Amino acid sequence: MSDPYKALDYLDVDELYTDEERMIRDTVRSWVSDRFLPIIAEHNRAATFPTHLIPELGELGVYGASLQGYGCAGLSPVASGLICQELERGDSGLRSFVSVQGSLCMYPIHAYGSEEQKQRYLPKMATGELIGCFGLTEADFGSNPGGLLTKAVRDGDHYVINGSKYWITNGSTADVAVVWAKCEGTIKGFLVDKGTRGYQGKPIKNKFSLRASDTSELVLEDVRVHRSQLLPGVEGLRGPLSCLTQARYGIAFGAIGAAQAAFDEACRYSKVRIQFDKPIARFQLVQNKLVWMASEITKAQLMCWKLGKMKEAGTMHHYHVSMAKRNSCWMALECCRLGRDILGANGITDEYQVMRHMCNLESVITYEGTHDIHGLIVGRQLTGEDAIL
Amino acid sequence: MDIIVCIKRVPDLAEAGLEIAADGRGLRTEDLDFDINEWDDYAVEAAVRLKEQHGGVVTAITVGDEDAEEVLRRALAMGADQAILLDDAAFAGADPFAIATALHACIRSLPFDVVLCGAVTSDGASGQVGGMLAALLDVPQVALATGLEVDGGRARVRHEVEGGLEREVEVALPCLITAQSGLNQPRYVSIRGIRKVADVAIAARSAGDLGLAATAVGEAGSRVRLEGLLLPPAGKRAEILEGSLDAAVATLVERLRERGGL
Ligand SMILES: Cc1cc2nc3c(=O)[nH]c(=O)nc-3n(C[C@H](O)[C@H](O)[C@H](O)COP(=O)(O)OP(=O)(O)OC[C@H]3O[C@@H](n4cnc5c(N)ncnc54)[C@H](O)[C@@H]3O)c2cc1C
Ligand SMILES: Cc1cc2nc3c(=O)[nH]c(=O)nc-3n(C[C@H](O)[C@H](O)[C@H](O)COP(=O)(O)OP(=O)(O)OC[C@H]3O[C@@H](n4cnc5c(N)ncnc54)[C@H](O)[C@@H]3O)c2cc1C
Repeated sequence: MSDPYKALDYLDVDELYTDEERMIRDTVRSWVSDRFLPIIAEHNRAATFPTHLIPELGELGVYGASLQGYGCAGLSPVASGLICQELERGDSGLRSFVSVQGSLCMYPIHAYGSEEQKQRYLPKMATGELIGCFGLTEADFGSNPGGLLTKAVRDGDHYVINGSKYWITNGSTADVAVVWAKCEGTIKGFLVDKGTRGYQGKPIKNKFSLRASDTSELVLEDVRVHRSQLLPGVEGLRGPLSCLTQARYGIAFGAIGAAQAAFDEACRYSKVRIQFDKPIARFQLVQNKLVWMASEITKAQLMCWKLGKMKEAGTMHHYHVSMAKRNSCWMALECCRLGRDILGANGITDEYQVMRHMCNLESVITYEGTHDIHGLIVGRQLTGEDAIL
Repeated sequence: MDIIVCIKRVPDLAEAGLEIAADGRGLRTEDLDFDINEWDDYAVEAAVRLKEQHGGVVTAITVGDEDAEEVLRRALAMGADQAILLDDAAFAGADPFAIATALHACIRSLPFDVVLCGAVTSDGASGQVGGMLAALLDVPQVALATGLEVDGGRARVRHEVEGGLEREVEVALPCLITAQSGLNQPRYVSIRGIRKVADVAIAARSAGDLGLAATAVGEAGSRVRLEGLLLPPAGKRAEILEGSLDAAVATLVERLRERGGL
């Protein structure tokens, strides 16, 4: 109500969404305005995630919203993308929290889990009673996760896991971790419950970026999990990569939200900031920046909408997602840099949002595959030449 | 308990650059965002809470075209059980009386204990529909409610009265209550709720279905005629008073005095 936000929609992209998709977007948008934006600056300063909002988000229905059954909403790809967009308009940390929960934890349980695992975890994850994290990256294996060192060794009815994971979102908060480990050289996924002996999450401190998000190290020392905790439906790097495709899809939409926040703030500011006796919006250079932002946001909106339609039709491939994730993160980061510029010195304080978004996006452009790695995935698709390995 | 809630889809005028439509009698709506009228949102919330406490059926009604279906669907997603769209070209150009006439014609054939309306709409801002509808239904009304409890056959209502005061009154059901801000904090429409009502059919009724002649509703049935709309003339640049609160207040008082405001 007090949040004056007006989302840019220059080409009436709204008309491409169904009534239901719009309604879902609007409910998340107003939740973010009313419940999240008033407190985010404080949490960003204190480097805390607003955990008291976890159940509210569950009630709203954003966790695993694209999944069918088990208390999930079963939404269209575009609707679930728009949820990410609206959450990230608030903060990339908020969207990250929800992406990790839905795309990186609920998704693999839904896709590769046993029926018993689905019953046990999914309904409670959909309400937010259980929080998940996704442990793939290790300190020495980021862009090259196939080299991961964490090991699982079979011991009767159990597996014994040793290793460590780094940069794990929700790592210290999570009730269950999806841990990817090598078992006789093959990557497999394990569900490790909080409190399992030898398993521990340790927060990574002093981040400039995603401050309102828990990023942790996972330590796994002789962690014994029963074989019923193995995800039975997948083996190899395909498992974690398929999760990442889901999450990257959400990021492609999400980053647009951050860009829209930056645009809205800068455009509004330019109309009231007087220099040389005129609103700075009257200067050509300022307009040019706003025009650049609006054009890039609009292009990204259209690209993501099309991606959503392809996902719905079953024709979307991971290399399509790479183009959108790469483009959205880049343009959002550039929008924030321009938005900050338009705000002058005011832009460096946390009374305005833009610098928080900008700092966040430095993570978003890196995690889930860096900008360049996604470029190389698209490049491989275009040329048939693999420049990654 | 049977509860009826009357709602309207309105443009968001807060941040919009307003333009008068070519006919000079309305706004250009192409670039405006629409949503449920804020006060109607309180009314829907109040209706759903009454149902949750006492059981019963909530029926949401709006006068509008097919675009207005979205506010009905929103009300369903918040917990209303059924929705009726009063849609007819003859309803166009209605004043508050003609709107109340259409609503009355629909509601009189329905069972009801409580009718809830928003106190006012953010576009027309007349605040008259609720009162007129109560008169047509011949039930007591309490306007500008900020608190509502129903017990047995009576409603206890806290409401705003002149002079910035509030009082509590009791009325017998059936009655009509208009919702003021502060009545409640409307719930967020949950995504599951939206999914659940995606396929609920919304009944549409024309003037004929309601037994109304086309001349009794819309512009023809209105008692107020809108000649034209004008934008307020642009004033000189606004002045923002800087400094501490005390200093700003002192300057403000001085300015008002200078200009004969005090
Ligand atoms: C806040 C945050 C949260 C995260 N959350 C999670 C999580 O929940 N779970 C999880 O598993 N991981 C998570 N990550 C890890 C993230 O996915 C990795 O940081 C990312 O994959 C990049 O790996 P890296 O940091 O090791 O960078 P590196 O792989 O070391 O890359 C460094 C640079 O080298 C470039 N580079 C690397 N390889 C090539 C190549 N072949 N050709 C050209 N350039 C190359 C990269 O593009 C980059 O510019 C998170 C990271 C951050 C910052
Ligand atoms: C950390 C920090 C320390 C500082 N330290 C000092 C200090 O020690 N002493 C001091 O005096 N000042 C200091 N400053 C102030 C600094 O010099 C100003 O912030 C700077 O001059 C920009 O002014 P502004 O912030 O008011 O932005 P604005 O002038 O409001 O500019 C906002 C935007 O409008 C654009 N713009 C403005 N006018 C035009 C135009 N005519 N045509 C096109 N575009 C235009 C700008 O390029 C910018 O994008 C400091 C600022 C910071 C952030």
